Amino acid sequence: MKLHEYQSKTIFSKYGIPIPKGRVAATAVEAKHIAEELGGRVVIKSQVLVGGRGKAGGIKLAKDPNEAEQLATQILGMEIKGLPVRKVLVDEAASIDQEIYLGITNDRAARKPVIMASAAGGVDIEEVAATNPEKIIKVHIDPLLGIKDYQTRDIASGIDLPREYWKAFGEIVKGLWQAYSDNDATLAEINPLVISKGKLVALDGKMLIDDNAMFRHPNLNEMRDLDVEAPSEIEARKYGLTFIKLDGNIGCMVNGAGLAMATMDIIKLFGGEPANFLDIGGGAGADKVAAAMRIILSDPNVKAILFNVFGGITRGDEVAKGILAAMQEVKPRVPMVIRLVGTNAEEGRRLLANADMITAETLADAAQKAVAAAQGA
Amino acid sequence: MSILVDKDTRLVVQGITGTEGLFHTQQMLAYGTNIVAGVTPGKGGEWVEGKVPVFDSVKKAAETTGANTTIIFVPARFAPDAMFEAADAGIPLVICITEGVPVQDMMRVRNYLDQKGVRLIGPNCPGLLTPGEAKVGIIPGDIAIPGNVGVVSRSGTLTYEVLYAMKNIGLGASTCVGIGGDPVNGTSFIDCLEMFNDDPKTEKVVLIGEIGGTDEEKAAEYIANKMTKPVVSFIAGQSAPPGKRMGHAGAIIEGGAGTAEDKIKALQSAGVRVARHPEEIAELLK
Repeated sequence: MKLHEYQSKTIFSKYGIPIPKGRVAATAVEAKHIAEELGGRVVIKSQVLVGGRGKAGGIKLAKDPNEAEQLATQILGMEIKGLPVRKVLVDEAASIDQEIYLGITNDRAARKPVIMASAAGGVDIEEVAATNPEKIIKVHIDPLLGIKDYQTRDIASGIDLPREYWKAFGEIVKGLWQAYSDNDATLAEINPLVISKGKLVALDGKMLIDDNAMFRHPNLNEMRDLDVEAPSEIEARKYGLTFIKLDGNIGCMVNGAGLAMATMDIIKLFGGEPANFLDIGGGAGADKVAAAMRIILSDPNVKAILFNVFGGITRGDEVAKGILAAMQEVKPRVPMVIRLVGTNAEEGRRLLANADMITAETLADAAQKAVAAAQGA
Repeated sequence: MSILVDKDTRLVVQGITGTEGLFHTQQMLAYGTNIVAGVTPGKGGEWVEGKVPVFDSVKKAAETTGANTTIIFVPARFAPDAMFEAADAGIPLVICITEGVPVQDMMRVRNYLDQKGVRLIGPNCPGLLTPGEAKVGIIPGDIAIPGNVGVVSRSGTLTYEVLYAMKNIGLGASTCVGIGGDPVNGTSFIDCLEMFNDDPKTEKVVLIGEIGGTDEEKAAEYIANKMTKPVVSFIAGQSAPPGKRMGHAGAIIEGGAGTAEDKIKALQSAGVRVARHPEEIAELLK
């Protein structure tokens, strides 16, 4: 789950990281009031969960409250990369002497968190990473022990930070580590962290939170921005399903992410286009299956459905019961191809014997039948 | 011969009285797996299926029964503790089936288990199957027959697909290892390739990967340099749109790396034959 800049910075400030004075506004009038409170020049920053806001015109500098209102009106009416701007952050403008990059993420290859820092922060950090990787300092953190003071000094000296800033920088690195660690982040990033009039300030902030850890962060779950997800994806999450809407016309319902991807791949291989990725997960019961079927059928593009269930922890009879329950409820309007193998599959096939479905033995057979059914429909 | 599990495996099931734990204990017993104990805190002294004693802790279970392998079926929020407990009880091989374990927990678990010299399989995996000897996990026993093909996979059900297709043309497996699809897990592709390379019973190896991360690329490098046995592969996610999360946290295409195309190219240049769909793997093994 992605957090907005204003949400991330609020979290950062709780961990002692200095951020600019400012607040978030949903209307231009509010933006004007905030600018009046702050006095002086302000930055109006669109709050959307995509990169490249500045280049898209979603970040503007205003010299006074009236201009702040004007620019906020403009930005609040924008769409950036397909996402509507519903809020703007109004921050006091900072003079910038240097831009530093500071971020923490999971290095899956090292199986440890890694802190990255660079003296060449700002919008082009990805280019720096590609062309001058030596300009980015990387320090791995022992997940059992956490960060140590000397590591913050190593980072500070590694990016040639003037010595007078080391102490303040060390506190920021430790604060960012704590924010990352306490909130189960998969990314916590400040870009840029600026030197402004002799002080370090986090001008921007970004956090990604591990969806698997949401059970221990109900407060973060309330911050979720539903604009970035299709309604069907939100509905799916309620039932513990992983669903991603795609552009094709063959609905897929599969157990297991790998098999779901392979099922999409084979549909393509035989000339069809998948309408979605849907993993009903391990151990899916009848209610989940029924919900999955409703979600697939809510897409008007769907011309056929392919059920590919290879029972392991998921049991074939449970899936069959779910399909039967869903068929009574939603009355499917498209042909359905089913392939059921593995744990309790025989029982499942017996339950479905009288249902109006096309059966298949192998995955290749199932995919070909689904492609044919979608073309015939 | 086989790798990791066989007739001598003495298995303890953590979470044995839960719905999933109980169901799969029944399945594993029916297959002939030697389950010597179960663990559910608070239910010590009970019996499962009339023959498996339940203990309150892994330590008690191990001391009493001499268990040498454990399988974990507890919910995600309790799974890290279950893995720590298994390691502290001195069990050298831990298989965690649970899906949805937070990644920061997994980094702590993995680093701790490494320090203790404990081998972890998973989490978010289907476990292990040595056909005819031991089923330690949730892979349906009847979809595979004993044979000389080692199978290692990041995906669960996709593995079943391949085992089943192999069985349908009379090909059996020495051992099948589901290593799980999470971004931070235990045993890697390379660990398994090494073990299969050293296993006299294994003559060929199947590697089933998916998009995300760079484990398949690293495996390709190992295959090119060290592997003496032929390897056949399939990579899932060729049709996945970039940047979309496909359920496994690991299956994220990170900054252009980890695409199916990259992985297939790396494997092919290491001399691996890559199937276009999972059932074709069986054909390529013939």
